[in-house]
Amino acid sequence: MTTTEQNIDNILIPILEQVSDPEIPVLSIMDMGVVRSAVIINNKVKVEITPTYSGCPAMDVIGDDIKKALKDAGYESEIDLILHPAWTTDWITPRGRKALEDYGIAAPLDAEADKEVLLNGKRIVKCTHCGSQNTRLVSQFGSTACKAQFQCDDCQEPFDYFKCLK
Amino acid sequence: MKNENLYNYILGIADNSLILGQRMGELCGHGPTLETDIACTNISLDLFGQVRSYYQYAAKIAGDDRTEDDIAMLRKEREYKNVLLVEQPNTDFAYTIGRQFLFDVYHLAFLAELQKSNDLTLSAIANKCIKEVSYHERFSSDWVKRLGDGTEESNQKMQAAINDLWTYTDELFHQTEADKAMVAEGVGVDVTQLKEKYYKQVNELLKEANLEIPESKWFQKGGKEGIHTEHLGYLLSDLQYMQRTYPNMEW
Repeated sequence: MTTTEQNIDNILIPILEQVSDPEIPVLSIMDMGVVRSAVIINNKVKVEITPTYSGCPAMDVIGDDIKKALKDAGYESEIDLILHPAWTTDWITPRGRKALEDYGIAAPLDAEADKEVLLNGKRIVKCTHCGSQNTRLVSQFGSTACKAQFQCDDCQEPFDYFKCLK
Repeated sequence: MKNENLYNYILGIADNSLILGQRMGELCGHGPTLETDIACTNISLDLFGQVRSYYQYAAKIAGDDRTEDDIAMLRKEREYKNVLLVEQPNTDFAYTIGRQFLFDVYHLAFLAELQKSNDLTLSAIANKCIKEVSYHERFSSDWVKRLGDGTEESNQKMQAAINDLWTYTDELFHQTEADKAMVAEGVGVDVTQLKEKYYKQVNELLKEANLEIPESKWFQKGGKEGIHTEHLGYLLSDLQYMQRTYPNMEW
Protein backbone atom coordinates (compact mmCIF):
# COMPACT_ATOMS: atom_id res chain seq x y z
CA MET A 1 0.00 0.00 0.00
CA THR A 2 2.79 2.41 0.79
CA THR A 3 4.85 3.76 -2.05
CA THR A 4 7.76 4.90 0.07
CA GLU A 5 9.61 3.16 2.83
CA GLN A 6 8.52 3.46 6.39
CA ASN A 7 11.08 2.79 9.05
CA ILE A 8 9.27 1.85 12.23
CA ASP A 9 10.75 -0.19 15.06
CA ASN A 10 8.54 -3.26 15.72
CA ILE A 11 8.48 -2.64 19.47
CA LEU A 12 6.95 0.79 18.92
CA ILE A 13 4.13 -0.29 16.61
CA PRO A 14 1.65 -1.30 19.35
CA ILE A 15 2.29 1.96 21.20
CA LEU A 16 1.79 4.10 18.12
CA GLU A 17 -1.33 2.17 17.17
CA GLN A 18 -2.97 3.46 20.34
CA VAL A 19 -2.70 7.05 19.14
CA SER A 20 -5.63 8.15 17.03
CA ASP A 21 -6.46 11.10 14.84
CA PRO A 22 -8.29 13.55 17.16
CA GLU A 23 -10.78 14.45 14.45
CA ILE A 24 -11.39 10.87 13.30
CA PRO A 25 -10.95 8.94 16.56
CA VAL A 26 -11.57 5.52 14.98
CA LEU A 27 -8.47 5.88 12.85
CA SER A 28 -5.05 5.22 14.38
CA ILE A 29 -2.18 7.35 13.14
CA MET A 30 -0.56 4.14 11.90
CA ASP A 31 -3.56 3.30 9.73
CA MET A 32 -3.60 6.90 8.57
CA GLY A 33 -0.03 6.53 7.32
CA VAL A 34 1.24 9.72 8.91
CA VAL A 35 4.05 8.05 10.87
CA ARG A 36 6.99 7.79 8.51
CA SER A 37 9.64 6.61 10.90
CA ALA A 38 10.08 5.76 14.57
CA VAL A 39 13.40 4.52 15.85
CA ILE A 40 14.98 4.12 19.26
CA ILE A 41 18.35 5.78 19.68
CA ASN A 42 19.91 5.56 23.18
CA ASN A 43 16.53 4.85 24.78
CA LYS A 44 15.08 7.96 23.15
CA VAL A 45 12.53 7.63 20.38
CA LYS A 46 12.80 9.74 17.30
CA VAL A 47 9.51 9.95 15.38
CA GLU A 48 8.88 11.52 12.00
CA ILE A 49 5.31 12.38 11.07
CA THR A 50 3.98 14.01 7.93
CA PRO A 51 0.89 16.25 7.77
CA THR A 52 -2.15 15.20 5.79
CA TYR A 53 -2.92 18.82 4.89
CA SER A 54 -0.58 21.78 5.57
CA GLY A 55 -3.12 23.50 7.79
CA CYS A 56 -4.36 20.39 9.58
CA PRO A 57 -4.78 21.51 13.20
CA ALA A 58 -4.70 17.87 14.29
CA MET A 59 -0.96 17.61 13.70
CA ASP A 60 0.05 19.48 16.87
CA VAL A 61 -2.30 17.33 18.91
CA ILE A 62 -1.03 14.16 17.25
CA GLY A 63 2.54 15.15 18.11
CA ASP A 64 1.59 15.70 21.77
CA ASP A 65 -0.40 12.44 21.90
CA ILE A 66 2.54 10.44 20.51
CA LYS A 67 4.83 11.96 23.12
CA LYS A 68 2.40 11.05 25.86
CA ALA A 69 1.86 7.48 24.65
CA LEU A 70 5.60 6.91 24.42
CA LYS A 71 6.17 8.45 27.82
CA ASP A 72 3.58 6.10 29.34
CA ALA A 73 5.56 3.25 27.80
CA GLY A 74 8.77 4.57 29.33
CA TYR A 75 10.33 6.43 26.42
CA GLU A 76 11.36 10.01 26.01
CA SER A 77 10.77 11.16 22.47
CA GLU A 78 11.38 13.79 19.87
CA ILE A 79 8.83 14.47 17.12
CA ASP A 80 9.81 15.89 13.74
CA LEU A 81 7.33 17.10 11.17
CA ILE A 82 8.54 16.25 7.68
CA LEU A 83 7.03 17.44 4.40
CA HIS A 84 8.81 15.18 1.96
CA PRO A 85 7.60 12.86 0.60
CA ALA A 86 4.17 14.45 0.79
CA TRP A 87 1.39 12.41 2.36
CA THR A 88 -1.09 10.73 0.05
CA THR A 89 -4.38 8.95 0.72
CA ASP A 90 -2.72 5.83 -0.75
CA TRP A 91 -0.97 5.50 2.60
CA ILE A 92 -4.20 4.84 4.46
CA THR A 93 -4.14 1.09 5.19
CA PRO A 94 -7.00 -1.28 4.21
CA ARG A 95 -7.87 -1.50 7.92
CA GLY A 96 -7.92 2.30 8.05
CA ARG A 97 -10.23 2.50 5.04
CA LYS A 98 -12.63 0.10 6.68
CA ALA A 99 -12.55 2.10 9.94
CA LEU A 100 -13.40 5.25 7.98
CA GLU A 101 -16.37 3.60 6.27
CA ASP A 102 -17.67 2.15 9.54
CA TYR A 103 -17.40 5.60 11.08
CA GLY A 104 -19.53 7.10 8.30
CA ILE A 105 -16.86 8.64 6.09
CA ALA A 106 -16.61 7.28 2.55
CA ALA A 107 -13.03 6.17 1.86
CA PRO A 108 -11.10 7.90 -0.94
CA LEU A 109 -11.47 6.55 -4.48
CA ASP A 110 -8.46 6.28 -6.75
CA ALA A 111 -7.29 9.50 -8.42
CA GLU A 112 -9.11 8.96 -11.72
CA ALA A 113 -12.45 8.07 -10.16
CA ASP A 114 -12.06 10.93 -7.68
CA LYS A 115 -11.70 13.39 -10.56
CA GLU A 116 -14.79 12.00 -12.26
CA VAL A 117 -16.77 12.52 -9.06
CA LEU A 118 -15.51 15.97 -8.14
CA LEU A 119 -15.30 17.44 -11.65
CA ASN A 120 -17.89 15.63 -13.71
CA GLY A 121 -20.46 14.79 -11.08
CA LYS A 122 -20.23 11.04 -11.64
CA ARG A 123 -22.29 9.08 -9.09
CA ILE A 124 -19.99 6.39 -7.73
CA VAL A 125 -19.22 7.33 -4.14
CA LYS A 126 -21.05 4.82 -1.96
CA CYS A 127 -23.40 6.24 0.67
CA THR A 128 -22.08 5.22 4.08
CA HIS A 129 -25.65 4.90 5.40
CA CYS A 130 -27.44 2.79 2.78
CA GLY A 131 -24.72 1.75 0.32
CA SER A 132 -26.39 3.36 -2.70
CA GLN A 133 -24.17 4.94 -5.34
CA ASN A 134 -26.88 7.42 -6.25
CA THR A 135 -24.96 10.16 -4.47
CA ARG A 136 -23.98 13.69 -5.38
CA LEU A 137 -21.33 16.19 -4.41
CA VAL A 138 -22.67 19.04 -2.26
CA SER A 139 -19.35 20.81 -1.75
CA GLN A 140 -15.70 20.04 -2.47
CA PHE A 141 -14.90 21.27 1.02
CA GLY A 142 -16.20 19.72 4.21
CA SER A 143 -16.02 19.82 7.98
CA THR A 144 -12.25 19.26 7.91
CA ALA A 145 -9.62 19.97 5.25
CA CYS A 146 -9.53 16.35 4.11
CA LYS A 147 -13.23 15.86 3.41
CA ALA A 148 -15.91 16.80 0.88
CA GLN A 149 -19.65 16.91 1.56
CA PHE A 150 -21.99 14.48 -0.19
CA GLN A 151 -25.66 13.66 -0.14
CA CYS A 152 -27.36 10.39 -0.98
CA ASP A 153 -30.34 10.78 -3.31
CA ASP A 154 -31.81 7.46 -2.22
CA CYS A 155 -31.83 7.68 1.57
CA GLN A 156 -31.42 11.50 1.49
CA GLU A 157 -28.79 11.45 4.23
CA PRO A 158 -25.72 13.68 4.05
CA PHE A 159 -22.28 12.15 4.57
CA ASP A 160 -18.57 12.96 4.30
CA TYR A 161 -16.19 11.71 1.64
CA PHE A 162 -12.46 11.56 2.30
CA LYS A 163 -10.92 13.30 -0.72
CA CYS A 164 -8.22 11.58 -2.71
CA LEU A 165 -4.89 13.35 -2.24
CA LYS A 166 -2.12 12.26 -4.53
CA MET B 1 21.81 38.15 7.61
CA LYS B 2 23.85 35.83 5.46
CA ASN B 3 21.01 34.64 3.30
CA GLU B 4 19.03 37.83 3.02
CA ASN B 5 17.87 37.18 -0.54
CA LEU B 6 16.53 33.75 0.33
CA TYR B 7 14.81 35.13 3.42
CA ASN B 8 13.12 37.89 1.43
CA TYR B 9 12.26 35.47 -1.31
CA ILE B 10 10.46 33.12 1.10
CA LEU B 11 8.55 36.03 2.62
CA GLY B 12 7.51 37.16 -0.85
CA ILE B 13 5.84 33.80 -1.42
CA ALA B 14 4.43 33.35 2.07
CA ASP B 15 2.97 36.83 2.52
CA ASN B 16 0.65 36.28 -0.45
CA SER B 17 -0.81 33.23 1.26
CA LEU B 18 -1.00 34.89 4.67
CA ILE B 19 -2.90 37.93 3.47
CA LEU B 20 -5.20 35.97 1.17
CA GLY B 21 -5.78 33.47 3.99
CA GLN B 22 -6.80 36.32 6.29
CA ARG B 23 -9.20 37.70 3.68
CA MET B 24 -10.83 34.29 3.18
CA GLY B 25 -10.94 33.78 6.94
CA GLU B 26 -13.00 36.97 7.26
CA LEU B 27 -15.84 35.04 5.66
CA CYS B 28 -16.03 32.62 8.58
CA GLY B 29 -19.68 32.77 9.59
CA HIS B 30 -20.41 35.30 6.82
CA GLY B 31 -20.34 33.19 3.66
CA PRO B 32 -23.38 33.40 1.35
CA THR B 33 -24.33 29.78 2.09
CA LEU B 34 -23.06 27.27 4.61
CA GLU B 35 -21.18 25.26 1.96
CA THR B 36 -19.36 28.24 0.48
CA ASP B 37 -18.63 29.56 3.96
CA ILE B 38 -16.95 26.26 4.80
CA ALA B 39 -15.14 26.19 1.46
CA CYS B 40 -13.72 29.70 1.94
CA THR B 41 -12.54 28.95 5.46
CA ASN B 42 -11.05 25.62 4.32
CA ILE B 43 -9.06 27.51 1.71
CA SER B 44 -8.01 29.96 4.40
CA LEU B 45 -6.87 27.10 6.62
CA ASP B 46 -4.84 25.53 3.79
CA LEU B 47 -3.15 28.85 3.12
CA PHE B 48 -2.32 29.44 6.79
CA GLY B 49 -0.89 25.94 7.00
CA GLN B 50 1.31 26.60 4.00
CA VAL B 51 2.37 29.91 5.48
CA ARG B 52 3.59 28.16 8.63
CA SER B 53 5.91 25.93 6.61
CA TYR B 54 7.37 28.95 4.81
CA TYR B 55 7.77 31.13 7.92
CA GLN B 56 9.33 28.29 9.92
CA TYR B 57 11.87 27.96 7.17
CA ALA B 58 12.40 31.74 7.01
CA ALA B 59 12.95 31.85 10.78
CA LYS B 60 15.59 29.16 10.42
CA ILE B 61 17.30 31.12 7.63
CA ALA B 62 17.25 34.30 9.73
CA GLY B 63 19.20 32.38 12.32
CA ASP B 64 18.39 34.70 15.23
CA ASP B 65 15.71 34.30 17.87
CA ARG B 66 12.78 35.32 15.72
CA THR B 67 10.00 32.75 15.33
CA GLU B 68 7.36 32.02 12.69
CA ASP B 69 4.88 34.00 14.79
CA ASP B 70 7.11 37.07 14.97
CA ILE B 71 7.43 37.04 11.21
CA ALA B 72 3.70 36.66 10.69
CA MET B 73 2.48 39.01 13.40
CA LEU B 74 5.04 41.66 14.24
CA ARG B 75 6.11 43.26 11.00
CA LYS B 76 4.98 46.71 9.91
CA GLU B 77 2.85 47.26 6.84
CA ARG B 78 5.79 48.30 4.64
CA GLU B 79 7.59 45.07 5.48
CA TYR B 80 4.91 42.84 3.96
CA LYS B 81 5.78 41.75 0.45
CA ASN B 82 2.44 40.42 -0.78
CA VAL B 83 1.01 41.47 -4.14
CA LEU B 84 -1.76 44.10 -4.09
CA LEU B 85 -4.28 41.62 -5.50
CA VAL B 86 -4.55 39.48 -2.37
CA GLU B 87 -5.17 42.37 0.03
CA GLN B 88 -8.23 43.65 -1.87
CA PRO B 89 -11.37 43.51 0.28
CA ASN B 90 -14.38 41.16 0.14
CA THR B 91 -16.53 43.83 -1.48
CA ASP B 92 -19.07 41.17 -2.44
CA PHE B 93 -18.93 37.45 -3.20
CA ALA B 94 -17.96 38.11 -6.83
CA TYR B 95 -14.87 40.04 -5.63
CA THR B 96 -13.97 37.23 -3.24
CA ILE B 97 -14.23 34.69 -6.04
CA GLY B 98 -12.57 36.91 -8.65
CA ARG B 99 -9.60 37.62 -6.39
CA GLN B 100 -9.27 33.95 -5.53
CA PHE B 101 -9.48 32.86 -9.15
CA LEU B 102 -6.95 35.43 -10.41
CA PHE B 103 -4.54 34.35 -7.68
CA ASP B 104 -5.16 30.57 -7.86
CA VAL B 105 -4.27 30.32 -11.56
CA TYR B 106 -0.99 32.08 -10.81
CA HIS B 107 -0.40 30.13 -7.58
CA LEU B 108 -0.81 26.76 -9.26
CA ALA B 109 1.57 27.63 -12.10
CA PHE B 110 4.06 29.09 -9.62
CA LEU B 111 4.06 26.00 -7.38
CA ALA B 112 4.47 23.68 -10.35
CA GLU B 113 7.76 25.48 -11.05
CA LEU B 114 8.80 25.81 -7.40
CA GLN B 115 8.66 22.02 -7.13
CA LYS B 116 11.73 22.01 -9.38
CA SER B 117 13.69 24.34 -7.07
CA ASN B 118 17.12 23.09 -6.07
CA ASP B 119 16.28 24.22 -2.52
CA LEU B 120 14.93 20.98 -1.07
CA THR B 121 12.77 22.63 1.60
CA LEU B 122 11.05 24.91 -0.89
CA SER B 123 10.49 22.09 -3.37
CA ALA B 124 9.01 19.91 -0.59
CA ILE B 125 6.66 22.70 0.52
CA ALA B 126 5.61 23.30 -3.09
CA ASN B 127 5.01 19.60 -3.58
CA LYS B 128 2.72 19.58 -0.56
CA CYS B 129 0.91 22.85 -1.36
CA ILE B 130 0.16 22.16 -5.00
CA LYS B 131 -2.25 19.37 -4.13
CA GLU B 132 -4.25 21.71 -1.93
CA VAL B 133 -4.12 24.63 -4.32
CA SER B 134 -5.46 22.55 -7.18
CA TYR B 135 -8.66 22.21 -5.13
CA HIS B 136 -8.76 25.97 -4.61
CA GLU B 137 -8.40 26.63 -8.31
CA ARG B 138 -11.16 24.19 -9.11
CA PHE B 139 -13.46 25.88 -6.61
CA SER B 140 -12.81 29.45 -7.77
CA SER B 141 -12.93 28.55 -11.49
CA ASP B 142 -16.27 26.81 -10.98
CA TRP B 143 -17.71 29.85 -9.26
CA VAL B 144 -16.45 32.31 -11.88
CA LYS B 145 -18.26 30.19 -14.48
CA ARG B 146 -21.37 29.85 -12.39
CA LEU B 147 -21.66 33.57 -11.66
CA GLY B 148 -20.51 34.74 -15.09
CA ASP B 149 -22.82 32.37 -16.89
CA GLY B 150 -25.64 32.70 -14.35
CA THR B 151 -28.27 35.43 -14.16
CA GLU B 152 -27.95 38.90 -15.64
CA GLU B 153 -27.20 40.28 -12.19
CA SER B 154 -24.59 37.67 -11.26
CA ASN B 155 -22.92 38.23 -14.62
CA GLN B 156 -22.78 41.98 -14.03
CA LYS B 157 -21.33 41.56 -10.56
CA MET B 158 -18.72 39.06 -11.69
CA GLN B 159 -17.77 41.33 -14.57
CA ALA B 160 -17.44 44.34 -12.23
CA ALA B 161 -15.16 42.37 -9.93
CA ILE B 162 -12.94 41.15 -12.76
CA ASN B 163 -12.75 44.66 -14.22
CA ASP B 164 -11.67 46.13 -10.88
CA LEU B 165 -9.21 43.39 -9.95
CA TRP B 166 -7.63 43.16 -13.38
CA THR B 167 -5.33 46.09 -12.69
CA TYR B 168 -3.57 44.04 -9.99
CA THR B 169 -2.76 41.00 -12.13
CA ASP B 170 0.36 42.23 -13.91
CA GLU B 171 2.25 42.66 -10.63
CA LEU B 172 2.25 38.88 -10.17
CA PHE B 173 4.89 38.71 -12.90
CA HIS B 174 7.22 41.46 -11.66
CA GLN B 175 10.62 40.38 -10.39
CA THR B 176 12.12 41.75 -7.19
CA GLU B 177 15.85 41.84 -6.48
CA ALA B 178 15.46 38.75 -4.30
CA ASP B 179 13.59 37.03 -7.17
CA LYS B 180 16.39 37.70 -9.63
CA ALA B 181 19.08 36.50 -7.23
CA MET B 182 17.14 33.32 -6.42
CA VAL B 183 16.38 32.56 -10.06
CA ALA B 184 20.09 32.86 -10.80
CA GLU B 185 20.84 30.31 -8.10
CA GLY B 186 18.25 27.83 -9.33
CA VAL B 187 16.20 28.31 -6.15
CA GLY B 188 13.52 30.70 -7.37
CA VAL B 189 10.89 30.66 -10.09
CA ASP B 190 11.20 33.04 -13.02
CA VAL B 191 7.72 34.55 -12.82
CA THR B 192 8.12 36.43 -16.08
CA GLN B 193 7.94 33.04 -17.79
CA LEU B 194 4.50 32.32 -16.32
CA LYS B 195 2.76 35.39 -17.69
CA GLU B 196 1.76 34.25 -21.15
CA LYS B 197 0.32 30.96 -19.97
CA TYR B 198 -1.49 32.74 -17.14
CA TYR B 199 -3.38 35.20 -19.33
CA LYS B 200 -4.16 32.47 -21.84
CA GLN B 201 -5.74 30.30 -19.17
CA VAL B 202 -7.56 33.17 -17.46
CA ASN B 203 -8.88 34.56 -20.74
CA GLU B 204 -10.16 31.17 -21.86
CA LEU B 205 -12.07 30.69 -18.65
CA LEU B 206 -13.52 34.21 -18.75
CA LYS B 207 -14.77 33.54 -22.27
CA GLU B 208 -16.30 30.27 -21.20
CA ALA B 209 -17.96 32.12 -18.32
CA ASN B 210 -19.54 34.60 -20.71
CA LEU B 211 -17.38 37.44 -19.38
CA GLU B 212 -15.48 40.15 -21.22
CA ILE B 213 -11.69 40.24 -20.96
CA PRO B 214 -10.77 43.71 -19.65
CA GLU B 215 -8.91 45.80 -22.18
CA SER B 216 -7.17 48.25 -19.86
CA LYS B 217 -3.41 48.20 -20.12
CA TRP B 218 -2.92 50.23 -16.94
CA PHE B 219 -1.64 48.08 -14.10
CA GLN B 220 -1.00 48.83 -10.43
CA LYS B 221 2.15 47.68 -8.69
CA GLY B 222 4.04 48.18 -5.44
CA GLY B 223 3.00 45.41 -3.07
CA LYS B 224 6.12 43.37 -3.64
CA GLU B 225 8.18 46.42 -2.61
CA GLY B 226 6.02 47.08 0.45
CA ILE B 227 3.95 49.91 -1.06
CA HIS B 228 0.40 48.77 -0.40
CA THR B 229 -3.16 49.90 -1.03
CA GLU B 230 -5.05 51.47 1.87
CA HIS B 231 -6.72 48.13 2.61
CA LEU B 232 -3.70 46.35 4.04
CA GLY B 233 -3.36 48.51 7.15
CA TYR B 234 -6.88 47.66 8.30
CA LEU B 235 -6.34 43.99 7.57
CA LEU B 236 -3.12 43.96 9.60
CA SER B 237 -4.66 45.75 12.55
CA ASP B 238 -7.17 42.90 12.71
CA LEU B 239 -4.58 40.19 12.11
CA GLN B 240 -2.05 41.54 14.61
CA TYR B 241 -4.43 42.78 17.27
CA MET B 242 -3.91 39.95 19.73
CA GLN B 243 -0.11 39.87 19.55
CA ARG B 244 0.15 43.66 19.75
CA THR B 245 -2.21 43.89 22.71
CA TYR B 246 -0.93 40.86 24.61
CA PRO B 247 2.67 40.37 23.45
CA ASN B 248 3.90 36.76 23.32
CA MET B 249 0.46 35.46 24.14
CA GLU B 250 -0.03 31.78 23.27
CA TRP B 251 -2.98 29.42 23.01
